[in-house]
Amino acid sequence: MEVEELKVKKRIKKYNNEKKALISILQDIQEEYNYLPPEALKIVSKSLDIPLIDIFGVATFYRTFSLKPRGKHLITVCLGTACHVRGGPKILEEFKRKLNIKAGETTKDMRFTLETVACLGCCAIGPVVVVDGNYHSQTSIGTVDSILKKYRKK
Amino acid sequence: MSNSKIVTLDDLELLKEKGLNLIYPTKTKISVGMATCGISTGAREVFQAISEEVQNQKLDCVLSQTGCLGFCQREPLVDVIEPGKPKVVYAEMSYDKVPELITNIKNQKIKNEWMLCQIGEKYSPRLDGIPFYKDVDFYKKQKKIALRNCGFINPDCIEEYIAKRGYFALHKVLTEMKPKEVVDMIAESGLRGRGGAGFLTGKKWQITRSSKGKIKYIICNADEGDPGAYMDRSLLEGDPHSVLEGMLIGAYAIGASTGYIYVRAEYPQAIVKFLQAVKQAEEHGLLGKDIFNSGFNFEVRVNKGAGAFVCGEETALIASIEGGWSGPRPRPPFPAKSGLWGKPTNINNVETWANVPVIIDKGADWYSKIGTEKSKGTKVFSVVGKVNNTGLVEVPMGITLREIVYDIGGGILDNRKFKAVQTGGPSGGCIPESLIDLPVDFEKLTEVGSMMGSGGMIVMDENTCMVDVAKYFLAFLEDESCGKCVPCREGIEKMREILNNICKGEGEEADIELLEEIALTVKEMSLCGLGQTASNPVLTTIKYFRNEYEEHIINKRCPAGVCLDLISYSIDAEKCNGCGACVRPCPTQAITGEKKKLHSLDQEKCIKCGACYETCKFDSIIIK
Ligand SMILES: Cc1cc2nc3c(=O)[nH]c(=O)nc-3n(C[C@H](O)[C@H](O)[C@H](O)COP(=O)(O)O)c2cc1C
Ligand code: SF4
Ligand code: FES
Repeated sequence: MEVEELKVKKRIKKYNNEKKALISILQDIQEEYNYLPPEALKIVSKSLDIPLIDIFGVATFYRTFSLKPRGKHLITVCLGTACHVRGGPKILEEFKRKLNIKAGETTKDMRFTLETVACLGCCAIGPVVVVDGNYHSQTSIGTVDSILKKYRKK
Repeated sequence: MSNSKIVTLDDLELLKEKGLNLIYPTKTKISVGMATCGISTGAREVFQAISEEVQNQKLDCVLSQTGCLGFCQREPLVDVIEPGKPKVVYAEMSYDKVPELITNIKNQKIKNEWMLCQIGEKYSPRLDGIPFYKDVDFYKKQKKIALRNCGFINPDCIEEYIAKRGYFALHKVLTEMKPKEVVDMIAESGLRGRGGAGFLTGKKWQITRSSKGKIKYIICNADEGDPGAYMDRSLLEGDPHSVLEGMLIGAYAIGASTGYIYVRAEYPQAIVKFLQAVKQAEEHGLLGKDIFNSGFNFEVRVNKGAGAFVCGEETALIASIEGGWSGPRPRPPFPAKSGLWGKPTNINNVETWANVPVIIDKGADWYSKIGTEKSKGTKVFSVVGKVNNTGLVEVPMGITLREIVYDIGGGILDNRKFKAVQTGGPSGGCIPESLIDLPVDFEKLTEVGSMMGSGGMIVMDENTCMVDVAKYFLAFLEDESCGKCVPCREGIEKMREILNNICKGEGEEADIELLEEIALTVKEMSLCGLGQTASNPVLTTIKYFRNEYEEHIINKRCPAGVCLDLISYSIDAEKCNGCGACVRPCPTQAITGEKKKLHSLDQEKCIKCGACYETCKFDSIIIK
């Protein structure tokens, strides 16, 4: 996806070019592009007059930001304590094996990105997996395949 | 929308009337629990199916939604309310049950097998033998103050909140009480912060109030970082106005006219619901200028977190609102003296704020009668993990762990043996069976080496490995340490490495002492709470489960069957009846065998993924 300078600037303007809104601006950009494209960060740096290195600092400090393009579908496996004791790590292993990627990576065909999270607030019904904002509760090794099937077609 | 502005008590009473009519309409009402937990289990599909089926069958009724009633494990929950009769709560609903549900409603029939309970004792029961809400084991010992409205009202509807006496406390405060009286009342109630450390809320308000400066801020901490705890999410999704009203009251007492709420990014629905509540309050004049004609002004800004656990720490959270990533800073100065933009700032947790309106409404005396000597009131816990009834429970302080795990939680999943309860998140510890009669309050949990934390209670059974749990928390903290302090950064990493080795079977006997030594250093030499408490999971597991460490180190065994390098899968010849169910799920074709004959498992091919264990209905897969 190409980064359009005007579009990014418009987002920054929404926050009156205020430095304190940096995190919100980055969140908006990520929502638009699925990740933080370097070109966009350069524009932010210029417009807000914040050194690029500090913007990278923020982007890497916070876990929800991604500096790499993500795939079409984002799979997030919960590894919070409740999901951990109920077998979350096994679910993650199964996704890794099936997709042949590590956590934090994207498949070559750019279809799936696999990420982990430490709790989604649905701890009573774990292990929890979220795909593109859709929650799957009480998952098991067996359900990994059916989840993937559903999104492979989309 | 100026005509809907609430200015007087009469305005409030009017909306209360309106809200009551929405909660208890004059015709049949069907309401679906639509918090994130409900949605995860299919509530959206159920809601959709109901709205279609109601049209198909031409049922004249009101369709509504509500938050989480706490029994998340039995979601999706659907309430059916007929005028003048107790509310019927159905559990584990799915879209395919909906046609029958609607037909039954039309025919005034109730499906016994689907029912969780009925609510409304003032009416004669709709069905004998079905317990009332208060008699259900899961709810019997609960006392809901913070969660008072969750699952009972439609969170999208300010009138329903007002119907439950919402904003009456704010009215009382703004029209009858001086700010200092409000502070004193909260102080007298004994309310302590629910975000972790349990600092006295009234005292904190007092300090911020008396700090010098014209501009002051209040913050609601909704970063809820402890994995396994989700009461703040449930409150924001199910009853956002209670948090907002608490903030308004606090702001008046402290002398702030701007408030912030910092919600973690992983809670999209909580953000949506809270923003909506803010908008409604603005439209009704409950936020903005001259609220209730009192001259008091207040506005709220919503900040979305970006996924850093350490930002739950107050000084790091403030830095994050300011737009940066500096992490925690040394205290003093405490935020109460110098916080957001250098101004006096009072920060409280979501649950703390939600308690405030009730205390004002019912009195400090009433509140301080609940709980123990030093820990007043109730606490919401998320009872999760290897327990039969999982969900959110709100109980009086002082209740024992046993009551929570067995009476409310219904005991351990699959009748397995209880091993420990983990409280306090990554700052807490694992409490063993020998302490199961411990009364739960701030002091008692700290005494045994754990913490109250934000209220996560993860129940662990014999299949949970305590060394693995310690390793899990350290890996989490290693990821989340901001790296400022060398002991925190390096110490946690070192401990995690040692635990890694132990779990791999490469541990040495001196490792336990080494762990304890590093743990104490990290505890004493770190700047913020993350580092200061990071050792608790290690220290408590060593203290209470030392034998499990020794098994790993000396005998190279993982008794719980978790640590992959120390276990192998095999088939129990006595139990296997050759049903063949495990053959297909095995991704490496490690299991072979003819139908109805004993199967065999090839250790060389086995990757220990657990697929066979999960499918076998006869417990014939052995993990050792
Ligand atoms: C590492 C760390 C993480 C924290 N995370 C949270 C959190 O997620 N939510 C919260 O309310 N308090 C959290 N706290 C505690 C806050 O610093 C602060 O004490 C609390 O919000 C005060 O509110 P209370 O007095 O109502 O408890 C955390 C503290 C530390 C050291
Ligand atoms: S104790 Fe750890 S998390 Fe806290 S400030 Fe120091 S390095 Fe950062
Ligand atoms: S631990 Fe997985 S949702 Fe909370």
